[in-house]
Amino acid sequence: MQTATLTERPGTATAPLVSVRDMTVKFVSKDATVHAVNGVTFSLDPGEVLVILGESGSGKSVSLRALMRLLPPRKTQIGGTVQVAGQDVLAMDEAALTDLRGGQVAMIFQEPMTALDPVFTIGQQIAETIIRHEGVSRQAADARALELLELVQIPSAKRRLGNYPHELSGGLRQRAMISIALACRPKLLLADEPTTALDATVQIQILLLLRKLQTELGMGVIFVTHDLGVAGEIADRVAVMYAGRFIESGPVSEVMLRPLHPYTQGLMNSTVHAGLRGTRLAAIPGAPPNLARLPTGCAFAPRCAYAEDVCRSELPTERYPIPEHMARCIRVDG
Amino acid sequence: MTGTEAAALDPRDRGGPAQPLLIVNDLKRHFPIKGGFLNRTVATVQAVDGISFSVMKGETLGIVGESGCGKSTTARLLMRLLEPDGGEVIFDGEPVGPGGMALSEMRRQIQMVFQDSYASLNPRLPIEDSIAFAPAVHGVPKAKARARARDLLAAVGLAPEQFARRYPHELSGGQRQRVNIARALALEPRVIVLDEPVSALDKSVEAQVLNLLVDLKRDFSLTYVFISHDLNVVQFISDRVLVMYLGQVAEVGPVASIYGGPRHPYTRALLASRPSMDPAKRMTEPPLTGDPPNPINPPSGCRFRTRCTFAEEVCAARPPPLAGLVAHDAHLAACHMAAKGSGHSRAPT
Repeated sequence: MQTATLTERPGTATAPLVSVRDMTVKFVSKDATVHAVNGVTFSLDPGEVLVILGESGSGKSVSLRALMRLLPPRKTQIGGTVQVAGQDVLAMDEAALTDLRGGQVAMIFQEPMTALDPVFTIGQQIAETIIRHEGVSRQAADARALELLELVQIPSAKRRLGNYPHELSGGLRQRAMISIALACRPKLLLADEPTTALDATVQIQILLLLRKLQTELGMGVIFVTHDLGVAGEIADRVAVMYAGRFIESGPVSEVMLRPLHPYTQGLMNSTVHAGLRGTRLAAIPGAPPNLARLPTGCAFAPRCAYAEDVCRSELPTERYPIPEHMARCIRVDG
Repeated sequence: MTGTEAAALDPRDRGGPAQPLLIVNDLKRHFPIKGGFLNRTVATVQAVDGISFSVMKGETLGIVGESGCGKSTTARLLMRLLEPDGGEVIFDGEPVGPGGMALSEMRRQIQMVFQDSYASLNPRLPIEDSIAFAPAVHGVPKAKARARARDLLAAVGLAPEQFARRYPHELSGGQRQRVNIARALALEPRVIVLDEPVSALDKSVEAQVLNLLVDLKRDFSLTYVFISHDLNVVQFISDRVLVMYLGQVAEVGPVASIYGGPRHPYTRALLASRPSMDPAKRMTEPPLTGDPPNPINPPSGCRFRTRCTFAEEVCAARPPPLAGLVAHDAHLAACHMAAKGSGHSRAPT
């Protein structure tokens, strides 16, 4: 198979922590079928950080939620195979899923205020998770909750255990949510734009904290963001998503410094950074496609300056000009 | 032709090119927090606490700061969507308010664009009617207002024959923000206050809207007050930059001077917090620890001192004045380390 370097790593002793093959997610309603994810294949090693980079509607959050089956079951059709820590997630029943969520796999979200329960204290919420998954006593759970708050560097942790979410600032709330996610020492942490709503000076604190915890605890992390700078700070590997597909993926330095796909290049060029004052920003024309009416062929072709007839008729295959660095574009060799 | 020259040719101009279009003096707004017995005021949020600045004709003033620093309250005070508790706003030499410029006239001259492109449009009106609404209220005949709405749609890059009769929910976020910008232009204002206009947009669309704003400023001889938390965007679009911290001005000056030689430790930390996009240059230590303090009980003296590594006794004792290093300095900072004879060990001598 062409994607061998991305999906299987012969020679690595450890089995991949996450193995996703040709995953599709469709949302079906009376009016339309929305093709949110259209064939995503990747694997993640234990202790590796994969950043999925994409704009709104690219399917990055949906992909992340599909790994934990957090999507409304009646309206969602998930296809392909999804394995986490050797278990087939798509075959799990509700009981097995509840064991998985918060146990081996934990998730942090963009808005801690909606992810935390407003009527319980931070300490209660951490302890609840530990008791549910590890069956320890209340006392042991409380002690561990305190350790966790210290782990995420919340000042005067003991006092903060008794705080309700609304009593904390945005940065502390995000730290509290991370401590709940880490409560049962997950092997895999799923992060859905956890720093997007934070101020600049707080965002970098949380990013550095996540990077430190990830290294210390040896967690695998899948981090979804639209922010190129965030990817540059935290990723081992980056996958760029467009219209429900990975259109480029590779080691972070390759993708950030030598992007192959015209969309990734456009994203880099249109991102405002120092030194662009007085120049015209190289914006990508147009807008992403409607996922209810996906174009045949390359989904980026309608916005691409290099598009040819074949781009509009056929989906470009995955190409590897160098091992590990993939792009779905006919202009790329390999 | 520079912006200033363009503004000087404007028949509405009163004060001449040297007269700032907007002068804000000691603007204040405190929000009381009610509670307890008899619903008494138990605390006060000092959202905007005595800020002063001016905006020259044809320039873009960028206002940056973290959430809760009062930048949006400042925008709302400028527009008088909120009543200030103190201070004054002078528009082209004329004070706004009783005895001076009428509010309705001021709101004709200053228009605003908000962050949430959907919430700021009427969902039940086709977009051309939304754009034509304000001119019609101000006495422009309906047919004329609608014709102008179509011209403005074309000016913001939305083909009128395709888009004029559409409703807001039929547009993408970027397209809706274009409509909001067209609507802000409908009354031919001289100033547009843009409150986080591109923050909700995707990066590829953000670049399109920023390019559009640059073009419109030139074509319509506009002056912008551009509020954002994104330092890169502010650097791109602004001529001068004002940095706010907890309801006060921390630093203000020309964009090159602020980004090239920031004098306030808060500005330095803000600039250093930007991720670099280069994985080889990863940060190892955050430039600043902690969150911004609660504006209900701001620290005494310098409000930044609780997060500042250089804080000394004088910082708690006295608020630092907003001052320059030389006479008539265009670059001002409110820091004891930048003020001669302040008593801080790092102050210039």
